[in-house]
Formats: sequence, C-alpha cells, structure tokens
Amino acid sequence: MPALALRGSTLAYLGVMVVLPLAVLAAQSAELGPSAFWKAIFDPFAWHALKLTISTALVMVAINAVMGTATAWVLVRYEFPGKEVMNALIDLPFAVPTVVTGLMLVALYGPSSALGTVLGRAGLGVIYQQPGIVLALLFVTYPFVIRSVQPVLLEVDRGEEEAAATLGASPWMVFRRVTLPTLFPSILTGTALAFSRALGEFGSVVMVAGNRPLETKTGPMYVFGEIESGNRHGAMVVSVVLLATSLGILIALNLIQRRRGGGHGE
Amino acid sequence: MAIAVRNLTKRLGNFAVEDVSFEVPEGQLVALLGPSGSGKSTILRIIAGLEKADSGEVELTGEDATYMPVQRRGVGFVFQHYALFRHMTIRQNVAFGLEVQRLPKAEIKRRVDELLNLVQLSGYSERYPSQLSGGQRQRVALARALAPRPKVLLLDEPFGALDSRVRDELRSWLRKLHDEVHVTSLFVTHDQQEAFEVSDQIVVLNRGKIEQMGPPQELYERPASPFVTEFLGAVNVLPLDSILSMDTMQDEAPLPVDFPTAGGRARVYVRPHDMELTRQSDGRTGWFAHVRRLTHLGGTVRVELKLLDGTDLLVQLTRERSRELELAEGDDIYVVPRNWKVFEERPRPEDRMQPIEGDYVI
Amino acid sequence: MGNDRASAWGRRLLVGLVVGWFAALILVPTLALARTALAGGFRPFWDALMSADARRAFGLTLSITAVATVVNTLFGLAFALVLVRQKFWGRAIADGLVDLPFAVSPIIAGLMLVIVYGPNGWLGRHLEAAGFKVVYSWPGMVLATMFVTIPFVVREVVPVLREFGIDQEEVARTLGAGRWRTFWRVTLPSIRWGLAYGVTLTVARSLGEFGALLVVSGNILGRTQTATLYIHDTIEGFHPEGAYAASVALAGISFVLLIGMELVRKRVEAHEKH
Repeated sequence: MPALALRGSTLAYLGVMVVLPLAVLAAQSAELGPSAFWKAIFDPFAWHALKLTISTALVMVAINAVMGTATAWVLVRYEFPGKEVMNALIDLPFAVPTVVTGLMLVALYGPSSALGTVLGRAGLGVIYQQPGIVLALLFVTYPFVIRSVQPVLLEVDRGEEEAAATLGASPWMVFRRVTLPTLFPSILTGTALAFSRALGEFGSVVMVAGNRPLETKTGPMYVFGEIESGNRHGAMVVSVVLLATSLGILIALNLIQRRRGGGHGE
Repeated sequence: MAIAVRNLTKRLGNFAVEDVSFEVPEGQLVALLGPSGSGKSTILRIIAGLEKADSGEVELTGEDATYMPVQRRGVGFVFQHYALFRHMTIRQNVAFGLEVQRLPKAEIKRRVDELLNLVQLSGYSERYPSQLSGGQRQRVALARALAPRPKVLLLDEPFGALDSRVRDELRSWLRKLHDEVHVTSLFVTHDQQEAFEVSDQIVVLNRGKIEQMGPPQELYERPASPFVTEFLGAVNVLPLDSILSMDTMQDEAPLPVDFPTAGGRARVYVRPHDMELTRQSDGRTGWFAHVRRLTHLGGTVRVELKLLDGTDLLVQLTRERSRELELAEGDDIYVVPRNWKVFEERPRPEDRMQPIEGDYVI
Repeated sequence: MGNDRASAWGRRLLVGLVVGWFAALILVPTLALARTALAGGFRPFWDALMSADARRAFGLTLSITAVATVVNTLFGLAFALVLVRQKFWGRAIADGLVDLPFAVSPIIAGLMLVIVYGPNGWLGRHLEAAGFKVVYSWPGMVLATMFVTIPFVVREVVPVLREFGIDQEEVARTLGAGRWRTFWRVTLPSIRWGLAYGVTLTVARSLGEFGALLVVSGNILGRTQTATLYIHDTIEGFHPEGAYAASVALAGISFVLLIGMELVRKRVEAHEKH
C-alpha cells in the first residue's frame, strides 16, 4: 500500500525530527526533580530574563494589535499612492534574517549613528537598552497581525456595516460594535502568533540588547549563555518554561477557535 | 449487457447500499433516480472503480470488472462540478485520455477536433476552463470523457450545478447527442423531471435499495410503492377509511371497488391531474368538496379543496375546464377520481407499504 | 455617515499614521543598513563580499539550505497528502506536531539537538563512539536548519490541496492515467503555487537561520561559519564591512526570491484567467 508507506515514512520523520528531541528535553528536565527545577527558575538571573522576555513581548503585542489592525484596515479599505508597494513589502521581515534585523537597528540607532547620538544625548538610548528589544520584536513580528486580519477584513460583509449605519450608528460605533467583533478572532490569532514568536526571538535581540545580565538579557539569551558556560540544567529549565508558555498560548488559541466553530470551515 | 451490477452492498456509517442489482443494455441511456442519501452516486462510483463495494459484482461489456483498477475499466466519467483540469487548455483537457493511450499526435489532434466539433466548442480549444461558462465547461467535460471511446459513460448529477435555463438546454442536447453517439450511458439525478426527459429506463433508489425500475411511462402509470408514487410527482395521500365512509352523490360506493383485505392503515394515492370536478352527478363516483382557493398557473388552474371530513385535497384543471365550470372560491362541488392507487401498510416486513390491488383507470 | 469632512480628515490621518509607522519601523532601518553597507561605495562592498571568509560562509549556507530545502520539500509534499487524504488515528495530533517548530525558539531547537546528538547526548554518545560526529559539524547544522523549516511546505500545501479536492484526480484515473501520471500531470501542477511559496519560505528561513546554528556550531574560535554566523562574529571585530555586506546580500536574496515568486505567480495566473 503506497498510502501506508507514505504515512509511515512521514510520521517517522516527524517523530525523529520533532518528537524525539522534545521528549528527550522533557525527560531530562523531569529527571532534575521539582526542587532543583524551581530553584533553577527562581535563580535571580533566570527569573529576570524570563520576566524581561514576557514583559517586552507584552508591550510589543499591545502595540502590534493596534497598529497591525490599523494597517490591515488601511490596506483593505483605503486607496493611496504606494499602496501596492507597501502591501508587497509587509512580508519583508519574514525575508530578512534575524541577525540582519538586529544589524539594521544597530546601523540606525547605534551609538555610532547620527540618530543614535542625538537620542543618546537626550537620554533616550535605544540600542543596548530595553526599548531596543521591543523595537527588534516589533520589526520581527510586524507581518503577523496584518496578514491574519487582512483576509478576514476582505471578506467582511459590508452590508452589516451599512445596516448599522442606516440604524443611526456613528462610524466609530459601527467599527466598535459591528466590525471589531468580526475581526477579533483574527486579531487574537495574529497577536498570539506574534507573542509566541517573541518569546523565542534571539538573533535580532542579541544584536541590539547588549547582553547585560539583570538588565537586557532575555530568556533565550540566558539559555544560550548557560549552554556556553556549561550549565545545561539552567538552560533546560528556562527552555522548558519558555516552550511551555509558547505551546500553552498556541493550544489555548486553537481551543478558542474551535469553540467559536473554527473560522476556517473544516 | 453493457453494464451489469449484481448484489452490490456497501456500508458507510448509517448510510448504505444494500443488495442492488440491475442491468443496462447496450446503447441505452439509463437514469439512477433518488433523493440525496439514496446511494445513487455511490453505486455510480463503484461502477467506475472509484470506490470499492463490500460485496457484489460489477460487469462491464460482459467482462468481470469487480477488481479491475479504475484506469483499466474504460469508463467515461462526468462530475457535477466538471472537474476540468484548471491548468490545462480545453484542447489539453480533451486530449488527456488520448495521450495516456500514447496515440500518435496527429490522431490525437484529429480526435480532439472531432469532439470539440461534436460539443460545439470548436473555437474554444486554446482557452482555459476559467474562461468558459458553466454549460460550456460541462460540455468540455463530456467531450473529455468521450474522447478515448469509453465502453460506458457515467454521469454524476451532470446538470446539478447549472442554472435552470442552461440545464433544460443541456438536457435535450444530451439526449440528442446520445441518439447520435449511442454510447451506453448511466446518469445519476435527484430530479425526476430530468430522468423522465432524458432516459430510456429509470432505476428508482431509496435508502440504498432499488424501489422499482422500468421505462419512465411505466413507472409513472404503475408505481410499485408509495415512495415511487410520491417521488415521481405531486400526489394526494388520503386515508382509505375516511374515503370509504364519505357521502357521495348518489349513495354509491365512494370508491367503485371492494377492499376485502384493506385494514385501517391503507391509503389512497391520487394525483391532482387525475381528478375531475363536476357540478352535477353523472352516474360516476364523486366526493363532495368545498373550494377553498383557486390559483391560476398559466395553462392550468390549481384548486385547493376540503373534503367533508376535513381532509385537504389538491386538484389540477385545465384553464378551459375551470372556465367551463365557472369555478369560484367558496363553491361546493363534486370530485370525480379517474385514476388512483391504494397501498396498504403491512406490519411486516419492515413496515413497508405494499400495493393491495392493481391500478385503476376508469 | 457623520460629518463627511471630518471623516475624510480622519481617513488621511489614519493612512498617514500607518504609512509613517511602516516607514519608521521597516523601511528606515532597511535603508540605514544599505547605506552603511555601501558607505564606501560599491567597490569595497563587493570586495568585502568576495573575501575568502565570506565566500566560504556563503558556500556553507548554500549547501545547508540545499539539503534542508530538498528534504523538507519532499517531506512537506508527502505529509500534506497524508494529512489531507488519509484518515487515521492521531491525525489531529500529527497536524499539530508539524507546526511545533514554529513555537520553539531557535536557541531551544539548538539545545535539543545538543541534548540528543551532542557528544554526551542521548543518541550522540553512541554515534560519537561509532566515529560519527553530528553536533559541532555539518550534519548538526543541517539538522538544525531542517528542524526550524519543517512546517513551511506543509502549511502552504495543505490548504491548496484541500481546496483542490479529488475530482480532477478521479477523472484522470477514469481516463486511464495511473497514480504517477495523475500526480505529475494533474495534482502537482494544481498545487504548484502553494508548493512554490512554501519552498521559497523554506529557502529564506534556511538562509537566515541563526540561533539554532549558533548553539549547534559550538563555542569554537574560528568555527565553521555560515553566512549568519559570519555576520555575528565579524560585526564586533575590526572589519565590520564584511558583516554589513553579507547582511545586505542575504536579505537581498531572500527578498528577491519572495517578491520574484509572487510576480511570476501573478503573471501566470493572469495568463490562465484571461
């Protein structure tokens, strides 16, 4: 049966490539035992790195939810010169390697750049500071909300909005009461994907953050540092926390979508 | 026999094909007619080899095809949604089955031209399917299926996706085409009118079983079951009891027949155009009724009546007859049945209704 | 609706805000990089790109990308067929598992590979004893890249394949075509754009992968460098020109791939529609 052979070989590949490494990571972390596990998490350096990762991701997500929805809205509903070009360039962050993203931000805001010098004198340092991390995350996750909301907005039934308007609703009220509820699931999807991505982002952040423990060292940077210095336990524990958070968000998203009857047909 | 199906059975969840057997003679056009879920498409797909039956046999032009793979069966298949190859031109679509047979290029070209000519799409050979209308696409699908000279042609709701005007056109066109090409054809439809218009024989299916098969006219005049009676057209269903206890014009029997075997669960089936309305008694059986509503439908008039016991009755008259009677809403009038069937519900087997008499034509 | 003049101004304001945000966040940094890389003119940029180290790094990146792309394209195509066409126990789980690499930080992906295939790893110690080195050498880098790019082809092909249905394949079979011919002549041409998009994303991600490679390539001075590692290692040194030049080249390749594919698709689809 070719069907069985195809299924068997692809599942085997998936097993070796994805399930095996995860299982080994999980098994080896479990071997540490709960007390060692907690101790590793609440190590001041690890704890700070985790908090920094979560907080910068939250700031990024808040900005992206608003700006991403606005961008999708403008791209779908309005006409303006350069719209086609902008629409094509939205995916640029998916094409640019993360290290290069970091390098771009350094080139623009770094201490040796004109803008960086001005900002630095005003006491608004970006590079090697926490705002730099948020900026890097914003760049890297820029397309998520836009690309998630855009197709839904294209299919929104304008009739509903028009009906609301004929019933006397103001444009803002139409948006808030009619359009936004329709878009909400896709905004949620976009932000969840962006958040999950931000938890693991390394290449761009490592270039702009400056790697100062207890100040600009994020979770993935902490994991990397512990691997380099030979503390595999610390690396594993923080990895498991990051991974579990990221997976938890994606699974929750999946469940919410399913309860809503799944926006995508089957 | 071009197609023979024997004891075909297939179970799929709560849906099934049960012990279906029938034959399609060489050169005929046969319809598989039934409501959705009756198993008609499944039977067609089993004949094509696209699905496997749990048990039973399929024979194509005298050869056992039960275990033959699809590509060796030599069937032409036409889907409801055309299933044209979207990335190929019309010419490439029609040529596909010929290329599989590795025919010489010149011959492929000749045959494709011939078929495009046959389906009246000669000028469209270099277009893509998306540039054609629904009716044109279905004609391409037909040309593609006919190109490799299949032993039989199978059509799965071929007109189901088209709007009604195009559907009517394509139907009579298919009938004409069949009279020209004479390839044995089996087509699936849920539309009884379509089956009547196009086919030589009809196989009526219900819940995976054959209810009745035969030429269209025979099915209509002598339906074997209440299902067939109801499926083939509008019909009034009246409890026999209340008919028998009805007052009539001159105290004759309400139905001019005896029903020695009829119990309390028999029903009378009478079509709206199989009844006449009269003002006075003329010696025939008539039921007393009250005219509730008249609807003019162009050439015919639909009369909604109420019998004395409160049963609703629908009668269809020609416009002329209605004018002759000077019929008006609120009139009292006699209904004279010309043609009817009585079926009795039997407690066994499976509570199915059985005909308890022949048919009555007065 | 409301005051038309006010809403026209609101509209302009919103467009301005969105375009300004896009320019500040995406365009300006991109241009800043290009400007820095080309600050000394085209000649030094080209020389930096053609240095022995840079060329070696790009060669390594290309070889890793080639392997990862071929393997994951074959897998992605096969697995998409399995997911869409077959019903089996655990299909929903398999469907979720294939997306998992998206949720895993590249650093953690690298860590997992070290734990499994490293010198003291679960499998690695046996492999190492047999004289087979995975982590800290080419196979480890390929594995890392393969891991992070697993989902792309599957994700792009599955919806296209689902929409495509099986009617056309069934017709091809009734017309006498076997499995292979049906796949090559009917299925593959119909899903080609989804596949092409998935492959492009796989290539772009492979070219740019950094975190997982950083972990897997180890903390060795003068280690085997891919293009991204080369950028990372040289930016802090005395000759950052090489890093800037390589960055522009890398981003340029990925971007041209992505935009180029989109343009070709639009042209061909327009041809088939009109």
